[in-house]
Amino acid sequence: MIRDFKYLAPKTLKEALTLLDKYGEDCKVIGGGQSLLILMKQGLVAPEYLISIKGISELDYIESDAKEGLRIGALTTHRAIEKSPVIQNGFRVLAEMETRLASIQTRNWGTIGGNLCHGDPAGDPAPILMVLGATLKMAGLNGERAMPVEDFFLDYFETALEPGELFTGIQVPVPPPHTGSAYTKFNVIESDLATVGVAVSITLDASGGVCRDVRIALGAAAPTPIRARQAEEVLKGKKITDELLGEAGQIASTEAEPVSDIYASEEYRRELVKILVKRVGKEALAGAMQA
Amino acid sequence: MKEGLTLTVNGQPYELYIKPKTLLVEVLRDHLGLTGAKRGCNSSSCGACTVILNGMAVKSCSVLALQADGGEVLTAEGLAVGNKLHPLQEAFLDHGAYQCGFCTSGMLMSSKALLDENPSPTREQIKEGIDGNICRCTGYNSIIRALTAVVNGEYKEAK
Repeated sequence: MIRDFKYLAPKTLKEALTLLDKYGEDCKVIGGGQSLLILMKQGLVAPEYLISIKGISELDYIESDAKEGLRIGALTTHRAIEKSPVIQNGFRVLAEMETRLASIQTRNWGTIGGNLCHGDPAGDPAPILMVLGATLKMAGLNGERAMPVEDFFLDYFETALEPGELFTGIQVPVPPPHTGSAYTKFNVIESDLATVGVAVSITLDASGGVCRDVRIALGAAAPTPIRARQAEEVLKGKKITDELLGEAGQIASTEAEPVSDIYASEEYRRELVKILVKRVGKEALAGAMQA
Repeated sequence: MKEGLTLTVNGQPYELYIKPKTLLVEVLRDHLGLTGAKRGCNSSSCGACTVILNGMAVKSCSVLALQADGGEVLTAEGLAVGNKLHPLQEAFLDHGAYQCGFCTSGMLMSSKALLDENPSPTREQIKEGIDGNICRCTGYNSIIRALTAVVNGEYKEAK
């Protein structure tokens, strides 16, 4: 049962920040509500004031240029990202990630900002944004700040957003040449949350032989989305082979801290990490060789 | 504490006064008596509540009604024109694309949204288009057959 609340619908970012500042702990922000309404129906979240930011058009944008890379506003819907020609042409892996996210209906109304601020470690965007080296931007009445994705997630459903702050957007740098990225997740039913999600980005040197940089991120394998840094070290500076990818997967499975729940045991999740890191790594490598 | 909501539903304008916590599915079912959209799971998992809002398929159990203010909604009740069924409805009848009928309203709306966006989907695209709608009875094949028949032009009218 959703409890009664007073509803506010600011039209600008400034208006929203003023309201957040005014109501402090008594308010909660709603984007598309595709995650929040589930919590509110369960009575887990019951604010006195609900501030709907869905109407703030200045936060709904997808822009890209050669210098600053890709910029996505917090209120951009998942479906807009999925269908954007700019993203399909320049950052295809994000569109591919979105096709795995929930279902079309959810993607039509839910926003990328809402997804990230919900702070679910099983979320799809965080791991791929992490390996793409994305920066997350937020604003308060006192100014703006930005941080890498790794710093944004603190714990289950807890982010680094301070009271009075709104998440405003994402910036994804242009990938270096010879870079390939991929994301997949294992889920029991298509359109379910990830049982385990893995994103990998590989940058090869100019000759295409040696791995110059690699990032591996795991979703639903810890209290937050995490980098598997020890697994990355296995691959960095080396010529990547199937065997090496297998080794990286094995190491990554030990870096994970997954839970056991109705979808999978801890052991099964570790096994999924091991296999998916190798599989996604292969896909990223193939992309890097073509890029 | 109620707020005003203006909504056009199946071409009809409405002005309502609702508590802010009201969901779109509640406006449709409880305030407007349009019980086509079903509250199957209440957790955004089943799609039986799917309607088309501003041209997009959404799960009406997961849309705060006030966020749809000023918008246009199409429900299953709005598919037929007078006594003439929509091609999708004809196809569903002909192909037995329903049994208990509980998922059907939502399934029809997802189907319409799919064909509005892509009038010639492949079989794979049809399956993707309805993957947000769960059916316990049919096993989906009859639904896919019905949609394929519409896509193939077996129901002459404009989709």
